[in-house]
Amino acid sequence: MTVKRPGVQTHSLPVRISHWLMALSILIMIGSGWRIYNASPIFPFRFPLWATLGGDVGASLALHGDPGVATAIAWHLAGLWLLLASFLIFLLWGVLSGHFWRDFLPVSPGAFRRDLVAALRLRLEHRLGEYNAVQKVFYWGVLTAVLVMILSGIAIWKPVQTYPLEVLFGGFQGARLVHFLAMTSIVAFLVVHLALVILVPSTLVAMIVGHFGHGNPAIETISPADGKGEAR
Amino acid sequence: MIIARRKLLQRGFSLGALTLLTGCDLSDNDAVQSVLARFSKWNDRVQAALFRGQQLAPTFPESMAVKDFRYNAWYSRDKAPRLDPADYRLLLSGKIADKRPWTVAELHALPQATQITRHVCVEGWSMIGKWTGTPFRTFLERIGADTTARYVGFECADGYYEGIDMPTALHPQTLMAFKLADEILPREHGFPFKLRIPTKLGFKNPKFITTIYVTDKQPPGYWTDRGYNWFSGI
Repeated sequence: MTVKRPGVQTHSLPVRISHWLMALSILIMIGSGWRIYNASPIFPFRFPLWATLGGDVGASLALHGDPGVATAIAWHLAGLWLLLASFLIFLLWGVLSGHFWRDFLPVSPGAFRRDLVAALRLRLEHRLGEYNAVQKVFYWGVLTAVLVMILSGIAIWKPVQTYPLEVLFGGFQGARLVHFLAMTSIVAFLVVHLALVILVPSTLVAMIVGHFGHGNPAIETISPADGKGEAR
Repeated sequence: MIIARRKLLQRGFSLGALTLLTGCDLSDNDAVQSVLARFSKWNDRVQAALFRGQQLAPTFPESMAVKDFRYNAWYSRDKAPRLDPADYRLLLSGKIADKRPWTVAELHALPQATQITRHVCVEGWSMIGKWTGTPFRTFLERIGADTTARYVGFECADGYYEGIDMPTALHPQTLMAFKLADEILPREHGFPFKLRIPTKLGFKNPKFITTIYVTDKQPPGYWTDRGYNWFSGI
């Protein structure tokens, strides 16, 4: 559908809509998930209350006699539908439009190693509209993490009705652990993702309005030769 | 006009700032609560559709059953009701043919079965216990309950109240548990009996039950009234 042009970042409308819906739902899921985690922590720590979603503890205790875990669970089980819907739209569009094959592939171990070393030395050039091997691996990674998140989440929500799924994750508590680890990797992705957006803010513009760089098709058709040199 | 607009702007800013600064005010907002409640109702329907009456909850070897089962309630262990087996009567109401009250001795004389199943708490912890008692289905048939009704409700001696859907009430593993770990149910675990439902979250397993009623109207639940999901199947 969209032709790759160096120096131009374009995002189709379905990608933008599902990206922002996923972003919103993931924030809801993390915030409420942290509050639920706090009710029965797996590790010897709790998340700071201000970073969680579930309402004011005092107000909730006064109103319901519950420290906001009920509201956190309500958020979590509502947010799951938003996450599920946006994730499916993103996957379907990615496969059907060719977005995944065109932009996230190919990615070879050699290219990944080379780009990772360059990135760690802060020598990796960012070409707008083109993903390097590290980015490609990151996108596949976070998509996988979200999938694991959804599957382990179903195992926790329905450990009887979907018992084989629970067994796959090593039991109910195993599924909780996997759910936690997948969350951790998504949070790690978000940190890097946001850091890079701050470094290259034009990507944010592209994800909002749909394109950045010499992306105006009208200008492009008038002087196609100019696009390449300037944007680099 | 200008003043109104300025006010609107100010309100917009303060609202925006609030939601940005903290999720608290967002969550406690009435509109947000009502949207969340609507999702919770939708989840009730999804869960009822997912529930399969013959899908058994996993059972475990006896070695995995906990002897000292965790006590869990909103009040401390010593505040748990002390029901005298001599005075206790289980009351029945609603769509039930034979509403005669039941004594502890009569309940104990019912046919019994044992299961080693897992209790899953809404908070995330889980614990395996050995439960012995009467399949609830057997009891419902014995008292001539209308099993085409939609719900069964419970009232408890500690002020707790709960309700479940009829398919779950008729599930083969739903048990009136008179014993825990081969001992008569300890007081704090709900003497004379607790409804043990391995296909529901822990809080849907009422203790100290004094009244059972069969109804077509969805019974309220203590924790459901405090924002938890009603169906809460697992």
